[in-house]
Amino acid sequence: MTGLQRGGAAIVGAAESDLGQVGEGLNPIDLMAQGIARALDDCGLGLGDVDGLLCASTQSRTSGLSLSEYLGISPRYIDTTILGGSSFMFHVAHAVAAIQLGLCEVAVIAYGSTQRSVGRRQASVREVNPFETPYRPFLPSTAYALAASRHMHEFGTTREQMAAVAVAARQWALLNPVAWEKKPLTIPEVLNARMVSYPFTVRDICLVTDGGGAIILTTPDRARSLKKPPVYVLGCGQAITHANISSMPDLTITGALDSGRQAYAMAGLTAKDIDVVELYDAFTINPILFLEDLGFCAKGEGGRFVEDGRIAPGGELPVNTNGGGLSYCHPGMYGLFLLIEAVRQLRGECGDRQIDDAETAIAHGNGGVLSSQSTVILGTPATV
Amino acid sequence: MEQSPLAIYQSHLDKGELAYQWSPVAERAVFYPRLVCPFTGSTLLEWRVASGLGTVHATTVTHPQQGEPYNVALIDCDEGFRLMSRVEDIAPEAVSIGMRVRFRVHRPSGDKAGDEPAYPVFFPAEAAA
Repeated sequence: MTGLQRGGAAIVGAAESDLGQVGEGLNPIDLMAQGIARALDDCGLGLGDVDGLLCASTQSRTSGLSLSEYLGISPRYIDTTILGGSSFMFHVAHAVAAIQLGLCEVAVIAYGSTQRSVGRRQASVREVNPFETPYRPFLPSTAYALAASRHMHEFGTTREQMAAVAVAARQWALLNPVAWEKKPLTIPEVLNARMVSYPFTVRDICLVTDGGGAIILTTPDRARSLKKPPVYVLGCGQAITHANISSMPDLTITGALDSGRQAYAMAGLTAKDIDVVELYDAFTINPILFLEDLGFCAKGEGGRFVEDGRIAPGGELPVNTNGGGLSYCHPGMYGLFLLIEAVRQLRGECGDRQIDDAETAIAHGNGGVLSSQSTVILGTPATV
Repeated sequence: MEQSPLAIYQSHLDKGELAYQWSPVAERAVFYPRLVCPFTGSTLLEWRVASGLGTVHATTVTHPQQGEPYNVALIDCDEGFRLMSRVEDIAPEAVSIGMRVRFRVHRPSGDKAGDEPAYPVFFPAEAAA
């Protein structure tokens, strides 16, 4: 993004809160606070160091107030931008800007959701749209299914190719001890699962879990003195193309094309230079779209690209190494978890799922119904 | 006080018409109806009535946990605007991209009729001949 400095801030702490189905009575602010405490411990900073707070939740209209009160802080810089699951990538760009301008020095980005415990209807209140609601779209699934129908029509993408995305995610999840799903998954099992909105069965669709977490950013100077190697923000980009699927300009081209270009330009990198790829996989069509739009393959080639285990463990391009929203965890707005996994990969903390010699990572967030796209490119100290 | 675009749209539907807006500055159709043109920022928007003919742009069959599966589609109207709707009179899985369709007004019936406004649906254009 124009105006942001490559490597102008670094992620120094990253942690999940409890995930999956959390203890009875825990609320989203509890999970944000738990994630923040763990992320502070991860880098050796304390709550007293935090002067920037960024957070988003669908269960708390004024989460910035609630979280500040809970933590007993009055942050100099506060930002509760909410644009769906990609919100946290937007937060990274805003945190880098705030740190660069001196509006704050230690910024925390936090998320929490108890949508599994309280039910999706409670966690995310449905908004009535007189131009869509009468047709009973099961949102967001129906909207993504409409986009998938165009990809299948224009490029011959198949249900089996989309199922390969779910199978790869499951293979990665089996290497992640905290992943929700614990059993292997096959392509026929995806295809024969309960149909939700054609072409998607329930196995083409992200999980419904609880969960939260936090990441901590600070200046490059301060980052170098902390517990773990800094993970630098090399590039950021963002694009909003629509809110409702009927207004999406082209159902097969997402705003990731634009957000990716901005992030690559800022980072001085291209898709070929990226070692670890974390893409928001709310539905199996998503990674296919984003692999195309972020330049890992040509437009229309995404279905063929994901066949034959290319994005699975041992494949040519590691994608969604934590098991993704499809098999690891998806509390509703998943973007923060992509950033946490990218940080851990670049620090070499990922155990059985660690990518060798990972120096660069892309974490791409999606929000709404392919509506908001935000890309963050991260790098190890060797990349700055 | 300005009448809401939704109320004007709805009053056309009550007369059996599918209305949309036209931006004379952008020379483009605007849908859904609004107070400000998304292409120019102008508040100058004219109301027009569509021919009712369109083409299926995207389609899915949504399977509720209870009840029968149903079609949800995006329709490109010949006047150059797109809307969400459904295609009726054929099996939901028989609706295909590129199919020519024609508009009619769906007026909700049953207990809640009267509370629920009319809305546009489509059916295969060939069947109308």
